[in-house]
Amino acid sequence: MSSKRDVWITGIGILSCAGEGVAAHSPDIGEAPSRRDHGKLSPYPIHRLCDVDFSTQIAKASEQRQMGLWQRTGVYAAGLALADAGLAGQAEILNSTDLVVAAGNGERDCSFDAKVLEGGLCDGAASGRLNEALLTGLRPTLYLGELSNLLAGNISIVHHATGSSRTFKGEESAGVSAVENAYRRIAAGQSDVCLVGGALNADREDLLLGYELGRTLWSHPYSPVWSRKALGGGFVPGSVGAFLVIEAREHAQARGHKPYAAIRNVVSDRSRREWGTLASTLQKLFTALDVPVGPLAVMSGASGVEPVTSDELAFLQSLEASGHQVAIRAHGTRLGHGVEAHFPAGVCLAALALAEGCFPPPSDENGVETPFDEELSRVLVTGLGHWRGEGFALLERVQ
Amino acid sequence: MGLQYLDKKGRPLVAVTGMGVVTSLGRGKAVNWQGLTSGSSGIRHITRFPTDGLRTTIAGTVESAASQPYSAYELASEIAEDAIAEALVQAGLDTGEGFDGPLFIATPPSEFEWPLLSELYRNGSPVEGGTAYARMLAAARTGKFEGMARHLEFASIASRLQDRFGTKGEPISLCTACASGATAIQMGVEAIRRGETQMALCGATDATVHPEGLVRFSLLSALSTKNDTPEKASKPFSRNRDGFVIAEGAGAVVVESLASAEARGAAVLGIVLGCGEKADDYHRTRSKPDGSAIIGAIRGAMVDAGLETVDYVNAHGTSTPENDKMEYFSLRAVLGNTLDRTPVSSNKSMVGHTLIAAGAVEAVFSLLTLANGILPPTVNYDDPDPELPLDVVPNTSRAAEVNSVLSNSFGFGGQNACLVFSSLKEAVS
Repeated sequence: MSSKRDVWITGIGILSCAGEGVAAHSPDIGEAPSRRDHGKLSPYPIHRLCDVDFSTQIAKASEQRQMGLWQRTGVYAAGLALADAGLAGQAEILNSTDLVVAAGNGERDCSFDAKVLEGGLCDGAASGRLNEALLTGLRPTLYLGELSNLLAGNISIVHHATGSSRTFKGEESAGVSAVENAYRRIAAGQSDVCLVGGALNADREDLLLGYELGRTLWSHPYSPVWSRKALGGGFVPGSVGAFLVIEAREHAQARGHKPYAAIRNVVSDRSRREWGTLASTLQKLFTALDVPVGPLAVMSGASGVEPVTSDELAFLQSLEASGHQVAIRAHGTRLGHGVEAHFPAGVCLAALALAEGCFPPPSDENGVETPFDEELSRVLVTGLGHWRGEGFALLERVQ
Repeated sequence: MGLQYLDKKGRPLVAVTGMGVVTSLGRGKAVNWQGLTSGSSGIRHITRFPTDGLRTTIAGTVESAASQPYSAYELASEIAEDAIAEALVQAGLDTGEGFDGPLFIATPPSEFEWPLLSELYRNGSPVEGGTAYARMLAAARTGKFEGMARHLEFASIASRLQDRFGTKGEPISLCTACASGATAIQMGVEAIRRGETQMALCGATDATVHPEGLVRFSLLSALSTKNDTPEKASKPFSRNRDGFVIAEGAGAVVVESLASAEARGAAVLGIVLGCGEKADDYHRTRSKPDGSAIIGAIRGAMVDAGLETVDYVNAHGTSTPENDKMEYFSLRAVLGNTLDRTPVSSNKSMVGHTLIAAGAVEAVFSLLTLANGILPPTVNYDDPDPELPLDVVPNTSRAAEVNSVLSNSFGFGGQNACLVFSSLKEAVS
């Protein structure tokens, strides 16, 4: 498009182990709670969600009962973002606010599953018994908790954001695609304001099972993202809800709202990693961003899964040769890996850093993350999926 | 760009140059169109699994020798590949060199099905004091079940399709429930209008007729229980309609800027003239009593298309009491008295409700209606609902000149997406 509009981030809603809201995720907050748990889901550590009073964003108990925890987490974060952007209760703007959500599947009723499995009700000859068990044991509301698009549906119901509603699937890349789609629609004038993000409830055996089938979980005592290679790598799921209000500059200015940061560009692709094309894909995407040489703060969405985590690090470090002085932070070390919500969370943290002019301190003991003492004018956010998909966003400070 | 390639709002006109479809009527446009225009039904008794004790025992399944044993991932992938391959042949893009644009594909839930859970459970060592899931996690840790991961990875169908057809960029895997197929097409249209690409591959697929898939809709009282005569169960707009019939299918279209289509000499099968969407904030499975969200989506599509009337409406028409009533009142609100002379038919009377795929399947049928000048009927219309006075093209197909079609898609979670297709003549008039 010849006449691209400026795209601003005007609202942040984030909820994680570190707490809720922008204050709990400020870059200079120091040591935030990590709420790591090695117990119940052993041998898998996870980051638990902070204590939340969901009723402050989801007033009706009846509404809360209709949702799984991932949905409540996302609806809560979306509400924080709308309030932060000054849009909560603004019926006219909400009526045209476009929802773009990254989601996996919702939560199964694990105790029901256990009952069927332990009773042998789903084995070949017993399928009549399975039908009976399903008819009497499945709860319809739980199925609605499982549908991917019902996070978006619940956000519409609770917060009345109803311009349009789209849900993307595909682990980390869904989060990249959501931010990218919102950015492109706003830049091209197809939307004025979008509510974008995702949520993950890490405290679920069914979620762990899905990822453990692909052998992608970290099943050792906790260690930072960059320090897992020797034991084969893996990700530590973190409960997180991360939503952004993304808005056309003129739309925000017309209502007198200040931005956290501007989104300069979002790019994505899916390399054929098995063919060894990851590095060339990352180079192509980075080149498309046209990042000026000099100090470069990187909010990395690295998951800890290998080899992609090491490949990302090698790529970022290779940028030094072309004049980029990179300082990397893997937000997964502190908050855990949020899968669909991970890239939106990275964008939230990068925007906060730009607004406060301060990049978070290193959170890694083996020297990968180095101090950043320069003026913070832009942040590169990376989102490499743990098994597929690559994306970058470039955020800039608004003068 | 020449003015003849722009719509009334100055945006690139978006043509459809290829389409493919699979339903319970069969594979491909020819067999489906033959079935639809002759009033055939694809609804049958379910044989895929025992239906003992179930309230509903009928469905519009797609039979496959290839995807055995059945799983939603395997069958949904297979029929999506069929539909896309057919679309690419028609578009003249089956060159084997890769599709020069992005993929937007709507896919069913990626979830554990009972045979998978059962296999994991049987192969896992019991964990002292642990749950059934702890036992299955122990099985997963052996690494012997990595092949199962594809069922659970949310974009595995999209990845498989991209690997086969060579689409560009990150393939978009999306879900807007039963509006998904329309959303996929809308996203392709938007990308072309933004000037990001000259063409996009858009489609949707669903193959979730399995016990849990059936039972959860049953528990929501959404399904017809007229099991004795499967072909008569889906009765959109009839007084005695009692729910939808769950079905499987896939639809795919190649959307392309008109300029690109003409430059390479591709036949233009129709124009995607308008897209509209609106989210509902009323309820997870019901629409606002005033119909404002559905009305918003229909009106949005008409305004986007620059039209005030259409020649034909391809209804969402699920055959549930709620949908058909709300759809009628919403069409009345937008089209006014012109609705009295606008035929409105539901393909779901014959192919059932293909859920995620419905918007794409019905887009293909809408475009075939434009191209062939034949309105497919609403079958089983023997007991008209007097509160929904519509020309539903009852029971037999009808010849008509059609230059514009409105195709509606509505889904749980407040999803409403509508598309307007037109002939090239209409678009440039």
